[in-house]
Amino acid sequence: MYTYSDFDAAFVAERNRQFRAQVNRRIDGSLTEDEFKPLRLMNGLYLQLHAYMLRVAIPYGTLSSRQMHKLADIADRWDKGYGHFTTRQNIQYNWPKLTDVPDMLDALAEVQMHAIQTSGNTIRNVTADHFAGAAADEIADPRPVAELIRQWSTDHPEFQFLPRKFKVAVSGSPNDRAVIAAHDVGIRIVQQDGQIGYEVLVGGGLGRTPMIGKTLNGFVAQADLLPYLEAVVSVWNLLGRRDNKYKARIKITVHEHGIDEIRTLVDARFAETKAAFNGADVALYQQIEPQFAAPAFSTRDTADFDRAYEADPVFRAWADINLAEHRAPGYAIAQISLKAHGQTPGDATSEQMRVIADIAKEFGHDELRISHEQNIVLPHVHKSDLPQIHARLKSHGLATANIGLISDIIACPGMDYCALATARSIPVAQQIATRFDELKLENEIGDLKIKISGCINACGHHHVGHIGILGLDRAGVENYQITLGGDHTQTAAIGQRTGPGFSAEEIIPAIERLVDAYLTHRTGAEETFLAAYRRLGMDPFKEALYGETASKRTRAA
Amino acid sequence: MPKAFTPKVITANALIEGDVVYLTADDRWSPRLTEAELLTDEAHAQVRLLDASNRHAEVVGVYLADMDATQDGPEPTHFREAFRRKGPSNYAHGKQADL
Ligand code: SF4
Repeated sequence: MYTYSDFDAAFVAERNRQFRAQVNRRIDGSLTEDEFKPLRLMNGLYLQLHAYMLRVAIPYGTLSSRQMHKLADIADRWDKGYGHFTTRQNIQYNWPKLTDVPDMLDALAEVQMHAIQTSGNTIRNVTADHFAGAAADEIADPRPVAELIRQWSTDHPEFQFLPRKFKVAVSGSPNDRAVIAAHDVGIRIVQQDGQIGYEVLVGGGLGRTPMIGKTLNGFVAQADLLPYLEAVVSVWNLLGRRDNKYKARIKITVHEHGIDEIRTLVDARFAETKAAFNGADVALYQQIEPQFAAPAFSTRDTADFDRAYEADPVFRAWADINLAEHRAPGYAIAQISLKAHGQTPGDATSEQMRVIADIAKEFGHDELRISHEQNIVLPHVHKSDLPQIHARLKSHGLATANIGLISDIIACPGMDYCALATARSIPVAQQIATRFDELKLENEIGDLKIKISGCINACGHHHVGHIGILGLDRAGVENYQITLGGDHTQTAAIGQRTGPGFSAEEIIPAIERLVDAYLTHRTGAEETFLAAYRRLGMDPFKEALYGETASKRTRAA
Repeated sequence: MPKAFTPKVITANALIEGDVVYLTADDRWSPRLTEAELLTDEAHAQVRLLDASNRHAEVVGVYLADMDATQDGPEPTHFREAFRRKGPSNYAHGKQADL
């Protein structure tokens, strides 16, 4: 794993010292809230509905056991004993006191973590494939590049007052697990004539105006990546619409100017940035890369796994659903679901964090990943250890076998916490999961992603859910709009609205009707919900939601 | 015709704790909505809001929130204010536990 250099450590310590002084000046009255707000936001401190919220970056979703233990300690000491993992590979603490936040930041710095640039109009936490360094289909580990970008973007003097926030995601595989097409810049590692390079997508984003990113450059050479990115961000920094915050994101800039014009401008700017970089970035990359070397994988047999798989149906069900293919023989990637039926998606108690940290230390080469799907990943576990791992997870409510199923729901905090929300999302997720668990239909339904946002900002990625749910405020009542056919992978697509929304009481039965329609119309279990939707179109689902006549009326219209 | 003024209370978040507070008639910040001063006159409400907004050292984000006048005191007209009064729905945290 990457270890902070002296420069990194000194930088974070200095920022924490400054913030402590700023908090003191806010409390003694020398700073007003208007003066203080941008300062606290630069350090990840928001004010939510019921309390402050501290958002801590987990760069490219990677954590060691020591870091996870520290996150647990912070949750116990200064919060309410739990943390919420988000779609941008951050952890949020929902209840800190203003006076405690400087101490929380110091505690984070002890394990090389911080909350810098988790808010504000800057380049945010760089996210990556949560199977990074482990996936069987990986061309190269995306994390060295993500770390390079993190270092370049942190406190970058030109990019502290961008037109709006800027989000970057990196994938090292052709199969996209990092939703790169929904980011301001998405980077996909590719190979051309034996050379590693980067496909750069630009202008993706969800929110009010959802857009799928477009390829700006099909192959940027490894040595050119940072000057190229610098060119992209600086072109947007000048062109971006500072007059209107709804039009300020780069997706709108790309939309208004066209990808070809943006490409021409970026190429011209790149000629300058390339000359200015003079190779320091390449040297830095070469220092970073070895720090992400794969652990020494063992070559034990998998007899223990095979035996448990044969004998224990509960273990077998978990293994079938929660394991993914690892690139090393005898190994697996194990996903720990933070979606126990009826629980809050993405929440882990401090006790659970410690259990997971200890498992990672004992069995998992001391590595953990946080997925954008709000689950935790043990990237490197030997199959023979899985029965023991599973038993331990089970005794702490962490062995839910539902990865990728209907109850593995992404849900943003919504109006239970978020000051921007127009409706709640957590209770909707809880009720859907509970309902389909009661019906014992999950496994039969198969691969189905439900994603829920509590407002149009779309932190819950509803636009790219197979079923998306958006909570709105309709004349003072919570109302839930449904979209269908969204896709967050390499075949990314924005879901289409079904029609009028549903009340909080109606939304769960409505989802049930949708799923019934799918089960009725699918050609067989191998046709997923998304595939069925693509084949059938909206009509049978509309009919299920609104009745025969409503669907006919729209067909005639 | 201008819209009739509907009853309101002044609310904010406390500076240190961040929790929801309401302005009382005797100029305290109370965590209890029942203790809030119900403002029924627009001019009076604006003056109270101005004064409250200047209390930087105590609170953040001062605003007027719509309420119904009931026998039990002010009642939120919108679900957002109902959640602010109570706390989140997924855990018994916040006011529902503290008060
Ligand atoms: S989608 Fe809206 S409600 Fe949900 S976390 Fe984002 S801003 Fe808050």
